[in-house]
Amino acid sequence: MGNSNLKEFVDFNHKKKKSVEFNDVFVKRMVPKIDYPVLVQAAKSVGEGNDLPTELPPDWENNEEFLKNLHELLMSVEIIDGELECPESGRKFMIREGIPNMLANEDEVEES
Amino acid sequence: MLPTPDYKLEKEGDVYSPAEDTFLLLDAIEQEMKFLRSTVNPKIVVEVGSGSGVVTTFIQQLLADIPFISLATDLNFYATRCTKRTAEINKVSETVDVVQCDLVSAITKRLQGNVDLLVFNPPYVPTEELAQNQSELCFAGGETGRCVLDRLMPHIPNLLSSQGVFYVIALKQNNVPEMLKKYANFLTGSIVLERWCGIEYLYVLKFQRIL
Repeated sequence: MGNSNLKEFVDFNHKKKKSVEFNDVFVKRMVPKIDYPVLVQAAKSVGEGNDLPTELPPDWENNEEFLKNLHELLMSVEIIDGELECPESGRKFMIREGIPNMLANEDEVEES
Repeated sequence: MLPTPDYKLEKEGDVYSPAEDTFLLLDAIEQEMKFLRSTVNPKIVVEVGSGSGVVTTFIQQLLADIPFISLATDLNFYATRCTKRTAEINKVSETVDVVQCDLVSAITKRLQGNVDLLVFNPPYVPTEELAQNQSELCFAGGETGRCVLDRLMPHIPNLLSSQGVFYVIALKQNNVPEMLKKYANFLTGSIVLERWCGIEYLYVLKFQRIL
């Protein structure tokens, strides 16, 4: 699912795409959990999701082409190296080896 | 019974190696399988402090026929890398995401009321001081042994979905009766499994929201 759960915009140096078999049960279960407009905006900032509408189509449940495109975005795109930027604060978080570092600050390691 | 997933630890970074406490948690989750399938039917699973990643991978394998996403967090980069690799080795990486953060700090807002299954094997050993380094972080639980868990607990009622469930490991010295009572206004707690693990008497506790 890449970093689509995070409410941030993504910049990237390196992304990976893999081929994943379409699973319509999976994608239908996930749609209600997704902040769809934010996901699409973030995807477009890394050159993905260009075939997806900016708002969730009302007929999404029966729109197979839409579900396939969304599934592909969720499952096959992964940012390997890059950074997440919070649109509100402008703070940046590094992604390395596909793992976003969301530590608030370096001290957290000592604190807990 | 499902075997423990294959894993490969990092050479560096002091990632906690699966041990008796890990296996107790796996056994408890397997024991809860029917409930997890029928009542919880998870869409989003979160593991806090995922370390080697065997628990997250085990849940993916145990509930393989249910389509869901797992999110694993760890403070230690080497642990997050290890979790990711364990998912890859066991071919469940498509549905496992890893985030380096403190407890649930990266997801508390976004996943409010959306976590169906949450698991945590915390550092539970009572220690005079809090962890001073990465290897102590794996076990040092401060004076009560619950200091790390006590920081997570206030987030649990907000994170869990209405049918959501939280499983956590506790040591007898953590004062289990008090743990079960302490959050009784928001969560119902019960003991799922208990046994001697070497010199430690351990419990797996289960918490659910009071609706």
